[in-house]
Amino acid sequence: MFRYYLKLGLLSIRANPALSSLMVAAIAIGIGACMTIVTVQHLMSGNPIPEKSSILYHVNIDSWSDANPYANGSRPPDQLTYTDSRNLLAEEKAPRQVAMFKSNRIIQPEGDDELPFEADGRATSGDFFAMFNAPFQYGGGWDKSVDLSEERVIVISDALNERLFGGEDSTGRSLRVNDNDFRIVGVLAEWSPVIKFYDLNNNPFEGVEDLYFPFSTAIALEFGSSGNTNCWKPVEEGGRQAFLNSECIWTQFWVELPTAADKSEYLNFLEAYVEQQKALGRFPRPIDNRLSDVEEWMIVQQIMEDDVTVLLGLAVLFLIVCLLNTIGLLLAKVMRRAKDISLRRALGASKATLFAQYIVEAGMIGMAGGIAGIGTTWLGLLGLRNLYAEFDFINNLTSLDWSMTGLAIALAIVSALAAALYPTWRACQVTPASQLRIQ
Amino acid sequence: MLKMTNVSKVYRTNTVETHALREFSLSVDEGEFVSVTGPSGSGKTTFLNIAGLLEELTGGVYELDGRDISKLNDRERSKVRNEKIGFIFQSFNLIPELDIFDNVDVPLRYRGFDKAERRRRIEESLEMVGLASRMKHLPPQLSGGQQQRVAIARALAGNPRFLLADEPTGNLDSNMANSVLDLLGEINEQGVTIIMVTHELSLADRAKRNIFVRDGKVSDASPDFAIAANS
Repeated sequence: MFRYYLKLGLLSIRANPALSSLMVAAIAIGIGACMTIVTVQHLMSGNPIPEKSSILYHVNIDSWSDANPYANGSRPPDQLTYTDSRNLLAEEKAPRQVAMFKSNRIIQPEGDDELPFEADGRATSGDFFAMFNAPFQYGGGWDKSVDLSEERVIVISDALNERLFGGEDSTGRSLRVNDNDFRIVGVLAEWSPVIKFYDLNNNPFEGVEDLYFPFSTAIALEFGSSGNTNCWKPVEEGGRQAFLNSECIWTQFWVELPTAADKSEYLNFLEAYVEQQKALGRFPRPIDNRLSDVEEWMIVQQIMEDDVTVLLGLAVLFLIVCLLNTIGLLLAKVMRRAKDISLRRALGASKATLFAQYIVEAGMIGMAGGIAGIGTTWLGLLGLRNLYAEFDFINNLTSLDWSMTGLAIALAIVSALAAALYPTWRACQVTPASQLRIQ
Repeated sequence: MLKMTNVSKVYRTNTVETHALREFSLSVDEGEFVSVTGPSGSGKTTFLNIAGLLEELTGGVYELDGRDISKLNDRERSKVRNEKIGFIFQSFNLIPELDIFDNVDVPLRYRGFDKAERRRRIEESLEMVGLASRMKHLPPQLSGGQQQRVAIARALAGNPRFLLADEPTGNLDSNMANSVLDLLGEINEQGVTIIMVTHELSLADRAKRNIFVRDGKVSDASPDFAIAANS
């Protein structure tokens, strides 16, 4: 009977093109508004590295002031001091660990034609690329010996490689950065996680960096941080070294801990480390060490803006308004077909049979609304992209993937079915005899 | 096989109560051709609607093939309508967007027959009413008489035991009306019980028994009385 219902639904839609088009349009507009926001929310909250997000941990230890606790004491500081990152890195207690900070640099291209330009950069450890699954087009990262030797090696993005070297294999070539020559050891392949999960403190929706150089080298060359820096007490006199020794937090520290035992061991290590630091007169607050995996860290950092949640609520309300309109249109359609309903009842259709017939028809309208809704969603995302064109990250947040496309169609069908329940029920209540004798 | 005992039907609104049938009793045997006549508003159509399970009765007992109809749920009533009863309406009630084949197919779909069986029945019934060559025509492309023949084919396709006809010739000229009545006579000869509501006494004469209804009751079962009463 399902194919028969499909045939009847198609005939009915063709018999009432204006009414059917209005219903499809109402659903499509509602779905478009809703899915535009759902897509942004989905991309903002999606797991950026699902294959290993549960074994990558952001490290937090509470080095903050006792008198004025960080975040009112609800959690330890979001970043680490240089001292702590350096110490934890040196201990090598995790199978893999990364200390890093954002450090934008000036690139001085070869030749006289090209002017120097600024590029996003990151001072990091050799484990960075393996830990965060950064893909390579040419070459690779660097090993631990480089981290210790302050060697001037560098990994560049595919975009920068394209710009400077026309996309050729540039490994082994030299790149001048802030008057220092670095040897290119690797070129990343295209890598564009929606969220720059490894550094949520510094605009997580901007693209990944163009330059990656060793943490130790950056310190030796006195590269500054381009990210957030917070201090709870003034930096003592003494220039760069005093800043490095200060209680200012400006570095991020991640560890890869494959098993629960590894995690437990690392927490024990952190506790011992903090106790040791307390003995040295640091860490005035009670011990509060935390290891947050990628998704937990995204929640802590509230990557999902409250505005988006409010917008989502409004979009759902708008969808409901569109569905109420659809209910009205469906009721009008059903009432126009009272004679057909009565006739079918007389010829042997039960209420359940008619209910199924009309629900299938509503599902077809929902399907059409869903397909049209993909178009309106795409238009909505295009509008967002144009509205916020000056922000690079907006491209990452306004792409419609297959899962969202499927969700749009499913939501449209479910919405149409929900909207059809009352009109269909009304249709089934038509008394057959009331319509059949009308001349 | 059709037995109504003291059946009543009351239509109620907030302010008015209308008794369409009161203590209506009638028995129709298998194979009969019964006409039901009576003045306008006498309850003829209400009787037919209740007989065809298109309306619920308010009181009394209606038995069809020995089953008390009032005890059936919607699904069972629909099944009885589909399998045992065929309807012919004055206004034909064909579905305009479906071709003739698909119109006749409607009750067979609800019966659950497979495709081949449906096709066989549709072709046979359209052959019987002389419209086998018009299967792909839409209803508006046929004359009134032809549309009524399609409606008859639709009613017959499921091999019903009852044929309920409500003013089946009301929208036809006399030639077409006679042709349709001839067809109903042939169908009755094949054993199908026919109950036909009509206000034309000359057409009622074509039935083997005439029921006269007045004020919601069977007034007399004699055609002669009915004709006399109406004239």
